[in-house]
Amino acid sequence: MASHDVMPDIELYQPVELSDALDLLERYGDDGWLLGGGQDTYGWLKDRAKHPKAMIDLNGIDSLHGIRELADGLEIGAVTTLVEMIGDPVINRDFGLLSQAAGRVASPQIRNVATLGGNLVQDTRCWYYRRGLSCYRAGGNLCYADSPQGMNREHALFGASRCVAVSPSDTAIALVALEATMVAASLDGERLIPAEKFFAGPDTHITRMTSLDPGEILTAVRVPSKWAGQRFYFEKVADRNVWDFALVSIAAAMAVQGNVINDARFVCGGVACKPHRLRKVERAAVGMTLSEESADTLALLASEGAKPLTYNQFKLPLMENLVRRAVRG
Amino acid sequence: MNDYRYIGKDFVPPDIVGKVTGKAKYAEDFRADGMVFARVYTSPMAHGRVTRIDSSAAAEMDGVIGILTADDLPPVEAPNAPMLTNTPVYVGEPILAVAAIDEKAAEDAIARIRVHIEPLPFAVDPLDSLVEGGPDAREEGNVYVRSREGSGFRSVKWTREQIDEFRAGKEPTGESVDEWSYGDLERGFADATVIIEEPFVTNGYAHMSMEPRTSMAYWENGTCFVYGSAQSQSFMIPGLASMLNVEQKNVILVSEHTGGGFGSKIAAYPMMALPAWFSKKLGRPVQLRITREQEYYVGSARVGFQGWIKVGFAADGRVTATDLFIVEDLGPNATGGDGSSAGDAVSIVYDPESMRYRGVPVLTNTTPRGAQRGPGQNQIAAIMAPIMDKAARELNIDRLEIRKVNAAHNATTVEADQGPITSAYMKEALDMGAKMFNWEAKRDQPRRNGNKVIGVGIGQGYHSAGSDGFDGLVRITPDGKIHLHSGVGNLGTYSYASTTRSAAEVLKCDWNNCVIERGSTAAHLPWSSYQAGSNTTFTHSRANFVAATDAVNKMKEIAATTLGGAVTDYDVADERVFRIGSPTQYMTYAAVAQRAIELGGAYSGQTWPDDIHEITQRAVQNIAGTGLIGVGKDTLRLEGVVPGLAVAFAEIQLDLETGKYDILDYVGIAECGTVVHPQGLAAQMKGGAVWGMGMASLERHVYDPQNGLPANIGYHQCGIPTYLDTPSEIRTGAVDLPDPQSPFGARGIGEPAMGCSVAAMTAAIADALDGHIFSRTPISADMIVNHVNGRPQSFKPLQINNF
Repeated sequence: MASHDVMPDIELYQPVELSDALDLLERYGDDGWLLGGGQDTYGWLKDRAKHPKAMIDLNGIDSLHGIRELADGLEIGAVTTLVEMIGDPVINRDFGLLSQAAGRVASPQIRNVATLGGNLVQDTRCWYYRRGLSCYRAGGNLCYADSPQGMNREHALFGASRCVAVSPSDTAIALVALEATMVAASLDGERLIPAEKFFAGPDTHITRMTSLDPGEILTAVRVPSKWAGQRFYFEKVADRNVWDFALVSIAAAMAVQGNVINDARFVCGGVACKPHRLRKVERAAVGMTLSEESADTLALLASEGAKPLTYNQFKLPLMENLVRRAVRG
Repeated sequence: MNDYRYIGKDFVPPDIVGKVTGKAKYAEDFRADGMVFARVYTSPMAHGRVTRIDSSAAAEMDGVIGILTADDLPPVEAPNAPMLTNTPVYVGEPILAVAAIDEKAAEDAIARIRVHIEPLPFAVDPLDSLVEGGPDAREEGNVYVRSREGSGFRSVKWTREQIDEFRAGKEPTGESVDEWSYGDLERGFADATVIIEEPFVTNGYAHMSMEPRTSMAYWENGTCFVYGSAQSQSFMIPGLASMLNVEQKNVILVSEHTGGGFGSKIAAYPMMALPAWFSKKLGRPVQLRITREQEYYVGSARVGFQGWIKVGFAADGRVTATDLFIVEDLGPNATGGDGSSAGDAVSIVYDPESMRYRGVPVLTNTTPRGAQRGPGQNQIAAIMAPIMDKAARELNIDRLEIRKVNAAHNATTVEADQGPITSAYMKEALDMGAKMFNWEAKRDQPRRNGNKVIGVGIGQGYHSAGSDGFDGLVRITPDGKIHLHSGVGNLGTYSYASTTRSAAEVLKCDWNNCVIERGSTAAHLPWSSYQAGSNTTFTHSRANFVAATDAVNKMKEIAATTLGGAVTDYDVADERVFRIGSPTQYMTYAAVAQRAIELGGAYSGQTWPDDIHEITQRAVQNIAGTGLIGVGKDTLRLEGVVPGLAVAFAEIQLDLETGKYDILDYVGIAECGTVVHPQGLAAQMKGGAVWGMGMASLERHVYDPQNGLPANIGYHQCGIPTYLDTPSEIRTGAVDLPDPQSPFGARGIGEPAMGCSVAAMTAAIADALDGHIFSRTPISADMIVNHVNGRPQSFKPLQINNF
């Protein structure tokens, strides 16, 4: 068994135009690797668990940087760093949910270089998959975690289909709650993908975690003004308080008038291969007043449909409690 | 405060500047002409037999210099770990090494090698091996028994019923291979008002040294030069020489700085010797830098416990009896020790009137285990603290008081033979901590605030903290410099330097005029103990005291000979030997050093004491004639166990909805005799506190029972605590009462600093949960959530590998 920690030989391209990046991606196909902050990339490459021939560094493309106000909300370039988002006054003013989520990603050092795009498209942390085992997600034909003796404390409650890995992205649940739209560019043009459809479960794409097609680059995320300034709640429960991935997390947006919930989005992380919307909670919340009773009522709906594995049943009460806390605020 | 010039005072250890500026050289920073880089190929299987190695494609690659396999090396008798093996007994065990012109070429070559391995049965949970019909971790057996009648491997099995009853919390009835006791256990339990009986688990976990081990080696004229990552210095030589099949005089170890060892780099280890053998084969210097991942395979880990304990308490809280049974998770090639050490710790910290220890160290196909800070003592500290609290509650005694009732003191007798200790002030430590922590107020504060609940806990830690019989060496040269030769090794605690200050204290010299000789065994270093076991401060304060005293005596003799009068007429101060009452009659240290050279003999190292170690003898021989030599073996009085003790008080706020908690306050008190180096002590207490916090809630090994693969091969997966998992301030203090068997009263502290922390944390968690005892480390958030919500835990009793 080899063990590596030295970067392999790889071509490095640093285009300054998106069109050049798209050309390179087209040229290299599966052998091309898009580089944002590199925080997921370098692990894969140094471990030699992935073997691309070329890295296409997106950081030199100006159009992919920055936070811009739109007529309806905001657009955040895909290589905008998380620390830039955390410090952005407009995001903080209108979409505190997103800055809170960005602020809970990894560690300060990682947030300094990690990009929004990279955080959204990062691969799952299932340790079997990361070890390079030939599981379903790696193109094999079994799941080591979903087996009688599998170590699956951190795996999925919902949406399992052969693979039981979970999405590790903290910003993803916030963007699904905010009804964001992902902008994907390809040589054929631009495609807008609702955040909820951007993330892919194993039932649709078992070897990747987004619905980006080959040849597409995530260039920006648009956050509509629909939820601007509404009542938000974000919480991430992880073993460690920094540099860790969620056991369970929640991003909630509620339109509240008086004390009544008029509209709501509840999204959990760490429980499914993609951000998991709590639709029953959302439906039931509409018309409820903000109260401990409502919190208790809604909490009980949170984990409906869950299929716990051997070691992750604790995620059920944890989900319920996070819904309870989201309602409490 | 004492009146010492250096003892108890802060100072700047000489390696600080290099660490801050980046100029400090660690093992991987060294280069030699013609050096090549090695990488190792390790076993993907938990247990197997290599049937064929196809390295032909790798051997033909550009840049590849050579390949080393187990067949190139002398056989190593189990349970000693080999450098390379054809019968791997854990995932990650090195099978072969490749050397190339750079690391990348070596990695590329490794990736082209095909090793065929026939799988053999394996076990990653000791109980799976212990049960009848269960697999043995080695073909030789599943237990290595040491006994006077003959040591060796055995296959020890319990019936399934015995395993089931053990899991059910009943007293184990299966065979143990290690047992000791004292007192009347039966009567102790009969006299008890309260008896508490608990099965328990402490999961093993990695040492996680920040510096993965690196070694570079080459040969010159039959001498092997090794540049390695090591906790110790002189102590590494005998083991290294043995691994290299050379005499000790033919090994030079350079180890200037070490990025953590924590028990995993105490003595010579296989990966340190491997490049030397490879160098011999290739005729070129070879450097082997273990990857971070591989450090988790070969870098050692804490022994795990699956145990049962029964403790009896009298109405006043006195522990009348303790019955302890421990199944040790030993990995594939250790021989045990943590279990019995845990028993020793109980005998000291809680001083039971009667006690029995039984244990069975079981081999598993997991990463090799070794001593990790408080090996045994700290595991049991985590389990005992909530038990003490449970008894206190049932007896309606304050949790502080029940500890004071049982606290170790100067007359406490300890361990199986109920021998003496050099000194102990546990009660004073508890009182000091209670005052700093404001125990009563914190204990009595309102506890519940919505879903948040306060918990407070007290922990106690212990480790034997000193030894004797090692050598000290000082040299005063004609330029007036005072050379303090330290063979201790630079683990990072700065005790290599702080212990030399006892020599400076005796010599009454200017510290700025002292030069610490260290970092290479070629620097004429004496035989010093391992830098581990909390023992450096006690042991080498004594050794340096002995050497400096020898130097002072020699200087007085020279002065008396030169200036007239008797030796007793002379004293030393300000780097002068002067005639008492006639301060104008003196010789400077520089002049005495010059005179020593002229006189020769013992004064300048031409002769030396018969009882010093051969390593010290060679050091003296090499510096003979260069100045005045002070050298000696520590034969000072040492009667009894030298205890390092510490207590901690912790306050947490636990969130019942998430299972997470914040540590609101933490106070750690050292009871280590006289404080030698306040900043160093505070660093030990704080570092130990953080480690204990990690052990309490985060750190654990996880092995997949399907394939023996470890899940933890990186900092993230291992759960080492971060700044935000620890309190913003860790307060520390020290009792600072001298130990009578240390010249300056100092004992060691490293390991208890952690044991008290993990114990305070498990106690505080139990307190927050109305006394619920998990009897397990780590207590992770999922366990707390399940408990609070009335759900069963996801693992069966005594199970490890639940992730």
